[in-house]
Amino acid sequence: MSKQIDIRDLNVYYGDFLAVEGVNLTIKANSVMAFIGPSGCGKSTLLRSINRMHEVIPGAITKGQILLDGEDIYGPNVDPVLVRRTIGMVFQRPNPFPTMSIYENVIAGLKLEKDKSRKESMDDIVESSLRGANLWAEVKDRLKRPGASLSGGQQQRLCIARAIAVQPQVLLMDEPCSALDPISTLAIEDLIRELKDRYTIIIVTHNMQQAGRVSDNTAFFNISAVGQPGIMIETGPTSEIFTKPQNQQTEDYVSGRFG
Amino acid sequence: MATITQPPTQEQPLDPDGIAGSSVRRGDRTFLGLSTGSGIFVLVLMAGIAVFLIWQSIPAFTENTANPLTEQSWLPDADPPVFGFAVLFFGTIVTSIIAMLLAVPIGYGIALFIAFYAPARVASILGFLVDLLAAVPSIIFGLWGLYYFMPYVVPAAEWLSQYLGWIPLFANDPEIWTKSILMAGLVLAIMILPTVSAISREVFLQVPRMHVEAALALGATRWEMIRMAVFPFSRPGMISAAMLGLGRALGETIAVALVLSAVFEINWQITAPGGNSFAANIALKWGEAGDVGRSALIASGLVLFFITLIVNMTARWVISRRKDFSGAN
Repeated sequence: MSKQIDIRDLNVYYGDFLAVEGVNLTIKANSVMAFIGPSGCGKSTLLRSINRMHEVIPGAITKGQILLDGEDIYGPNVDPVLVRRTIGMVFQRPNPFPTMSIYENVIAGLKLEKDKSRKESMDDIVESSLRGANLWAEVKDRLKRPGASLSGGQQQRLCIARAIAVQPQVLLMDEPCSALDPISTLAIEDLIRELKDRYTIIIVTHNMQQAGRVSDNTAFFNISAVGQPGIMIETGPTSEIFTKPQNQQTEDYVSGRFG
Repeated sequence: MATITQPPTQEQPLDPDGIAGSSVRRGDRTFLGLSTGSGIFVLVLMAGIAVFLIWQSIPAFTENTANPLTEQSWLPDADPPVFGFAVLFFGTIVTSIIAMLLAVPIGYGIALFIAFYAPARVASILGFLVDLLAAVPSIIFGLWGLYYFMPYVVPAAEWLSQYLGWIPLFANDPEIWTKSILMAGLVLAIMILPTVSAISREVFLQVPRMHVEAALALGATRWEMIRMAVFPFSRPGMISAAMLGLGRALGETIAVALVLSAVFEINWQITAPGGNSFAANIALKWGEAGDVGRSALIASGLVLFFITLIVNMTARWVISRRKDFSGAN
């Protein structure tokens, strides 16, 4: 179900501007990888390039390869739409569709699938996805209510349910807790640890404690100056990045000396 | 020490209106007065128009010897006066329906193209042109329709009648090919097209980026994204755009007066001469009308006033349903 990601010599450009340069990184299946680094270091750009969401911005291109279990997602015959169905994404601010009910939000992605091979009924998928996002108990009696009627943390879990309903192989999370209160953040972090059994997860976070709590591996990004491309400074098991980093910049960042 | 930790015991109650407190700022009070005044002014204006129309049309209604709803002639200055709104109602509604059927889907299409498909430079040029088209005075559309567009519509009307003439709507028994309901509907369609597309484009551009990205990240194609994130969010605005277009079509005077033949009859054959509209009829007949005639024309204006009122209220009712699910929250 979950797959490994290999990023090879990846450069990401917005037009002429080189945003991320020379990234080489492997993210193992069923693990949680955290991207940390100061603002503007390209970690979100890199995350979005993993499911080709950065291409939504005109002029955004990549050079290099991103392999999903060995298959280049930038290959010549690869449809970005299909890449996004395999690699799901959760955004910084909860974004359930405001005109849809909770139920409709969960199955929004399923309605796009042309492939009717899945046997379960929609009701079953809604229940299993909401259970998977630890939201079922809270919303099972009001599935017909608008998704926007939920609290921020519940909305974010609804978005996670929507993303896992289409059974992706990888989940990308772009600062999923930055708009949430501490209790909701805790709920999402618990959920991430559970989801790892079924998906490969990459999370961008500004919160280093969060990276420490949820991730197996961490990659640290930095820029040498404003306007310069973001580069990956160091990667390794999270415990090592936080306790004995190899690079001085990493040590400065994780110990709170800058960023 | 105790005095420092003690919380303030007397808390001022919140008074956002600033009416109860003695320290009302002059700026607040002035603004309150201005905004309330403007709101009341609109109501007074509407009421004033309604009262004027009703007052001025009373003589026509008392003198009329026919049923104004069913009578199909317009002879208010004859003795006895005879007139009815049936023909005007029919012509106004049918021309507007034709205009809506064509302009609304095409207008939405143009707006979608500008908002989501066209490259940035093309989109800005096209958007500018559409806005420019919306600003063209209607007399220009009328003249253009009459002298330039009609020669192209006539063969199309002949084709319609030849191949689809078995549908009564497209038959043309008099075999006269000139100004017609269809012609007026087409000119109206072109006139309201920029209104529909300019407003729906603005509405589409307001769809929050996060909803667009949510749909794309689920693996939606661009069209699926539009159906999933854009249409539901924009629905009230799209209805407003169509209704504003309809409002312009219902009330359009001079362009319709130029391309609609003045034959006063209900004519289901939309390619044949005949039909009339409220606004065009007022413009064409006002100059030669006598006292009762003018009063009758004002009465027809009153009817048009209520039609547009009903159209707008219906639109608002449609928009306000399912309020919980509106994009506003």
